[in-house]
Amino acid sequence: MRSSDIRNHLSRFRVGIAGAGGLGSNCAAALARSGVGTLVICDYDVIEPANLSRQYYFTNQVGTLKTIALKENIARINPDIIVLAYTEKLTRTNIPKIYSGCDIIVEAFDRDDMKEMIIETVQSEMPGVPLIVGSGVAGWGNTDSIRCRKIDDTLYVCGDESTEVSEEHPLMAPRVGIAANMQADTVVELLMKKSSDYFRL
Amino acid sequence: MKIILNNREEMLPGETLTVSEMLLLKKFSFKMRIIKINGVLVPKDKYDSTLIKEGDNVQMLYLMSGG
Repeated sequence: MRSSDIRNHLSRFRVGIAGAGGLGSNCAAALARSGVGTLVICDYDVIEPANLSRQYYFTNQVGTLKTIALKENIARINPDIIVLAYTEKLTRTNIPKIYSGCDIIVEAFDRDDMKEMIIETVQSEMPGVPLIVGSGVAGWGNTDSIRCRKIDDTLYVCGDESTEVSEEHPLMAPRVGIAANMQADTVVELLMKKSSDYFRL
Repeated sequence: MKIILNNREEMLPGETLTVSEMLLLKKFSFKMRIIKINGVLVPKDKYDSTLIKEGDNVQMLYLMSGG
């Protein structure tokens, strides 16, 4: 497949991203550069100066909603990508509605209880939709321990599954970026496996 | 009984164990996790009542804050 064929193939898919922080913003940028046609992004936060240490935002965007800023940044990467941005807090109730029609969903929350909530919701309310989770991305070094582990066809986890964010292990651009790009790569890999016949159904 | 735990064979005592008993036995104390048995997610409030049996495929995923 030529790279134009790959982009053409990827352009027909819709991918959900839950959270637009370190994992979500970097993953969205990688998917936009890869040519994934539609990105559904949801976050309720505003950009703070500290976010710039790892998130895909710029100094002049501090104070702006992450959803608005990310949509803007994706348009600068590739104006053909359709971005559906929702500024609200994701819950068990709105997740199936917001991400309805998505071929794959990327979990990009910061908090462990939110990660648990979306896994339980997607697995029970949206059966068959693969969810790519990030877990264990804090600190620095030992990047070989960050991997993508397939639990089954509907659940993948990117990260080391052991390093939790703390004073000694802050979130930093390199490891967060590695995991976010690993999530994006898993999305591309799964979408490339879907044949073009998929669209004629 | 023999089960598959995160893609590895494990011998556990008895013919069945609840998820809670298995966690205690294996000294898995970390709280934030997802457990799937034969591809089906077990909600946290069902850990005491869900049984693990011979041949089951148990997958555990740890959830770490940060992202």
